[in-house]
Amino acid sequence: MSTTQFLFSGFGGQGILFAGKFLAYKGLMDDKQVSWLPSYGPEMRGGTASCGIILSDEPVGSPIVANPDVLVAMNLPSLDKYESAVVPGGMIFADSTLIERKVNRDDVTVYYVPATRLANENGMPTLANMILMGKILSALGDFSEDSLRAALGKVISAKRADMLETNLKAMQIGADFE
Amino acid sequence: MADKVLMKGNEAIAEAAILAGCRHYFGYPITPQTEIAAYMAKKMPKIGGCFLQAESEIAAINMVYGVSSTGKRVMTSSSSPGIALKSEGLSYLAGADLPAFIVNVQRGGPGLGGIQPSQSDYFQATRAGGHGDFRMIVLAPASVQEMADLTVKGFALADKYRMTAMVLADGTMGQMMEPVSLDFDIEPAPEKPWATTGTKLEREHNIVNSLFLAPEELEKFNFDRYERYKYIEENEAMYEEYLVDDADIVIAAFGIAARVSRSAVNEARKQGIKVGMIRPITLWPFPKAPFEKAAEHAKAFISVELSMGQMIEDVQLATKCKAPVTLCNRAGGMIPSPEQVLEAIKNAANGGAK
Repeated sequence: MSTTQFLFSGFGGQGILFAGKFLAYKGLMDDKQVSWLPSYGPEMRGGTASCGIILSDEPVGSPIVANPDVLVAMNLPSLDKYESAVVPGGMIFADSTLIERKVNRDDVTVYYVPATRLANENGMPTLANMILMGKILSALGDFSEDSLRAALGKVISAKRADMLETNLKAMQIGADFE
Repeated sequence: MADKVLMKGNEAIAEAAILAGCRHYFGYPITPQTEIAAYMAKKMPKIGGCFLQAESEIAAINMVYGVSSTGKRVMTSSSSPGIALKSEGLSYLAGADLPAFIVNVQRGGPGLGGIQPSQSDYFQATRAGGHGDFRMIVLAPASVQEMADLTVKGFALADKYRMTAMVLADGTMGQMMEPVSLDFDIEPAPEKPWATTGTKLEREHNIVNSLFLAPEELEKFNFDRYERYKYIEENEAMYEEYLVDDADIVIAAFGIAARVSRSAVNEARKQGIKVGMIRPITLWPFPKAPFEKAAEHAKAFISVELSMGQMIEDVQLATKCKAPVTLCNRAGGMIPSPEQVLEAIKNAANGGAK
């Protein structure tokens, strides 16, 4: 695919914007054209955060992700809102700790990852976002430690080098989850 | 690639302004441009600059007037209703021939409106920035890189012509992140012999003022200023053409509308429709020449806007009504989709534009 549109959505505080920024930096370092656009409207005041990321081999036209190829839903309202928007043949990654229902569509590939539970069990309760990220990148066949490490270096300040390792571990946990 | 960083459009403006030598920022918070002020608040104290959150927009623009009078590079930023409050100051800056750099990250209006992206301050920026006869140079970025580039350019143009240069962006341009390179060759600010810097008893007083009670004198200032504006119209218009040469249908769009339209143009081309786009980068001066040229072969123009149709008037003027100009728009903080623009293109291709 020459252009992939991602939509990350969840509660404020789940690291939605951070995960998106990480992915955008990874794209930048992989020589892709990238855009990252957060929601900043009234829905934010209700505690919902989302951001759209586009990675492309061509200049990005509209940065607005209306129909994602990849939807990452970290809570039920996000799945309810965006499930129908995913393009046929697309992918949905759901945090199955927080979303009890199944995806209703049969024309998309769905990955249920109990990311919040895995994060808590591994002593990294704030990193459910990156556990999902690990699963996404492995599903897309784009999981290489060097590349992840380099992109993490862009979004985590040098003073917090320990966090870099923890984020990397979180992504490995996600990638290993069957 | 190595020198590119991901930044929000608002942050790119702030950093580019600092690189351009701006050490004075005055503002008052308003969504969706607050990151500019936040960036300045963090950075200015570290580099010997001044960040000041004024008590109001009106105070902020008058602080800009004050610093500009001393010859320093200075800026303020706001969003639509805040710029309306600054209009009086914009007029005074024009009347006193002071350079200033202003940013409007537009939101939906009128009134307090909403906080979602809009382009409905086109008239305000290109026509009615305040009372009296005057113009502002209006720059319309369509990427985060251009947010930075046009900021650097804006400071240079403001100094060169002793007038206000405004970046007219919108909420998406301000909030989105894209890779940006901040590797600029900054031209030093020109000498400003008119600035009020203290005479040291070695020269006559410089007076910065916009009050001229003798009508003959005030008229002369207006005429002289418009000579300068004429020169700017002839020399500073900027635009980007995309697939226009063989186009039957030509889209006019700036900023985020141009990004959306570019996606639609690509799709329409795949479907065999000869469509192109002219993207004005300066809204004033409006780039008339490419429209005049395109009107010789285009059968229809479509103005794509996040407003009820404002730039469309300039497109009609520039094309001298040689071909119909239709509007494809959303308003109030909504953004046209590529599909909506594609529909408008198909409609025009089927002779729907009258």
